[in-house]
Amino acid sequence: MALLEIDNLSVHFETDDGIVKAVDGISYTVDRGQTLGIVGESGSGKSVSSLTVMGLSRSRNARISGSIKFDGKELLTSSDDELRKIRGNDIAMIFQDPLSSLHPFYKVGAQIVEAVRTHRNVSKQQAYDRAIEMLGLVGIPEPRKRAESYPHEFSGGMRQRAMIAMALANDPKLLIADEPTTALDVTVQAQILELIERLQSEFDTAVVVITHDLGVVAEMADEIAVMYAGRIVEHAKTDTIFAGPEHPYTWGLLSSIPKLDSPRDEELVPIAGRPPSLINLPGGCSFHPRCPYVKPAHMKTDPTLEPVPGSDGHKVACLLAHETRQKLWRELREGTAPVEARADVMQDAPPPEAIEALEETEGRPAPTTVEEQPS
Amino acid sequence: MSDTATTPETGARQPGRGEPLMEVRDLVKHFPLTSGIIFQRKVGAVQAVDGVSFDVMRGETLGLVGESGCGKSTTARLLLRLMDATSGSIRFEGQEISDLSGERLKTLRQDMQMIFQDPYSSLNPRKTVGTIIGEPFAIQGMHTGEGERKKTVQELMDTVGLNPEHYNRYPHEFSGGQRQRIGVARALALKPKLIIADEPVSALDVSIQAQVLNLLRQLQRDLGITLVFIAHDLSVVRHMCDRVAVMYLGRIVEMASSEELYAHPRMPYTGALMSAVPVADPRLAAEKKRQVLAGDVPSPTNPPKACRFHTRCWKAQEICRTEDPPLEVKEGGNVAACHFPLTDAEVAERVPTFRARKG
Repeated sequence: MALLEIDNLSVHFETDDGIVKAVDGISYTVDRGQTLGIVGESGSGKSVSSLTVMGLSRSRNARISGSIKFDGKELLTSSDDELRKIRGNDIAMIFQDPLSSLHPFYKVGAQIVEAVRTHRNVSKQQAYDRAIEMLGLVGIPEPRKRAESYPHEFSGGMRQRAMIAMALANDPKLLIADEPTTALDVTVQAQILELIERLQSEFDTAVVVITHDLGVVAEMADEIAVMYAGRIVEHAKTDTIFAGPEHPYTWGLLSSIPKLDSPRDEELVPIAGRPPSLINLPGGCSFHPRCPYVKPAHMKTDPTLEPVPGSDGHKVACLLAHETRQKLWRELREGTAPVEARADVMQDAPPPEAIEALEETEGRPAPTTVEEQPS
Repeated sequence: MSDTATTPETGARQPGRGEPLMEVRDLVKHFPLTSGIIFQRKVGAVQAVDGVSFDVMRGETLGLVGESGCGKSTTARLLLRLMDATSGSIRFEGQEISDLSGERLKTLRQDMQMIFQDPYSSLNPRKTVGTIIGEPFAIQGMHTGEGERKKTVQELMDTVGLNPEHYNRYPHEFSGGQRQRIGVARALALKPKLIIADEPVSALDVSIQAQVLNLLRQLQRDLGITLVFIAHDLSVVRHMCDRVAVMYLGRIVEMASSEELYAHPRMPYTGALMSAVPVADPRLAAEKKRQVLAGDVPSPTNPPKACRFHTRCWKAQEICRTEDPPLEVKEGGNVAACHFPLTDAEVAERVPTFRARKG
């Protein structure tokens, strides 16, 4: 049995402007010791889905449906008290911004003591010893002395490590890391990634890492789920996502980052337009306004996540035929521009409305702006 | 010294290369630390930039990379005279600019512009896009006729891929990528010779980031602008820059053309940076041995003596603690400040881009 089983989870928020479909029917599982990477742009619902696992999106206007099973126990119907026992104990979370996630008034050591004493019946001294042990484990020099420091006396990397120490103090079975290294320099990022990997192999912790950085998931994750507009559009093993991706959005992500081993004069191929408003999702496939391979039918039919034939554990939500997708990716990998690849493979002129729709999204400032800073 | 070998590819990109647009010598910026309330005594200094020398060639893209706090943004502000240097010389087209003031500085600013990191806080929310992009004209007293200025601004909007009809909209009506385009249009308004871009894409999503990077590259090709590009994302820097200078604690520790720097970094710090970049390719990622630097960057208030990197360097020996290594040409053409530069074998083990040299 998988450690975490999420089935058809939806999180909708009612707002004055309409219903925000932040997460719209996603399913995935994570096993013990496994790392799942969730990738997507800002506003794709990747953070909301994991906040919901922690029970942190329960607000008055939230409409949550589906099922989240942790260790066989349904979390969505659990009471707040039951969740509080699990949160910080069996499931821990590392947030992006360590300065706003640590309390500025309390010493770092005391904050870890609080995390330990909330869940374990131990003396203050025992909890304090545990805090110092954890600070040492995450590589903070002179842990006994630094436990008496305030968060503002720590550097960014040290704060992030202190937060990891706090998250791991109770030996969680599942660690959710929401952009754990986005605010950090590459050298510190390497330290943190190494630390998470080492702790994971020592304690057999399952890790869900949420990021927009494809490099981070390439190094850390066993499996990757790509999210777009509240849905998972592609899910596969890490190698498969990079070697044989099937969704045009994944292709777009892969060709919009500069690669370290490609010629320098290679042009990047950005994805046209920008993510849709989660209040007014485009009809049909929600990626269709930005997809270079759209057909008229794609604007009406909503694709479901279906297994890719001949590729184990690989699922994709795309209306194009499997053979077409394979041919397109082969062309794209050679460096062919999307428009030409379409002309070569699909042998039809792009429907004019589709191109109009594409241009319109490009130039139109939406009334409800989706935040674009990496979340 | 900074005039390293140019590769055929970068050399062919711009005519008039090889001639420096800007020459920086021994640039120093120390921020004083004071104590006391009425009688403020100087008790030390944050040595943000400490003796930096380099040239910016006409038409090239020079990258500045380094960890936060290494002085790259301070250097950018010093170059533009947004801040006064403690000492050192900056020559722009042969003219010393570090002591310019008043009218002459204002005239100079026509030639140098900046693109900022955060497209949310660098645009005035109360002004329309037209006013924001037209502001440089208002300051310099150009295109004073209302219709004329509007026309020029709309042409600029068109150049950077914004819809000219959105002239009267406010910044909040635009997405992050479009806002950064507004920033680019504002920087282009006075047809500058030099643009300094300080982390122009780090606040943007990957798909949007590619749009802005392509725009910058295309504008540079079309308009022949010289670009100083500051970023911490090393794959973006490689994609954008002809030459790269690596900074550590206020000093340049290595400088080379992009190809050379990424193929064979010589300074162990550069090697560690490159080894730390997560590679979006699982096979490459599995091959390399990640070199993790221990600890944090030392405080610039009291930097280590001699080689500033010796406290974190795995190759450091006694001489590194006593003698400051000069910035000199090492094997392969890189200019680096190091007593014990990395060998090819050490690079091959750590740096995923090493094989690019053979291939």
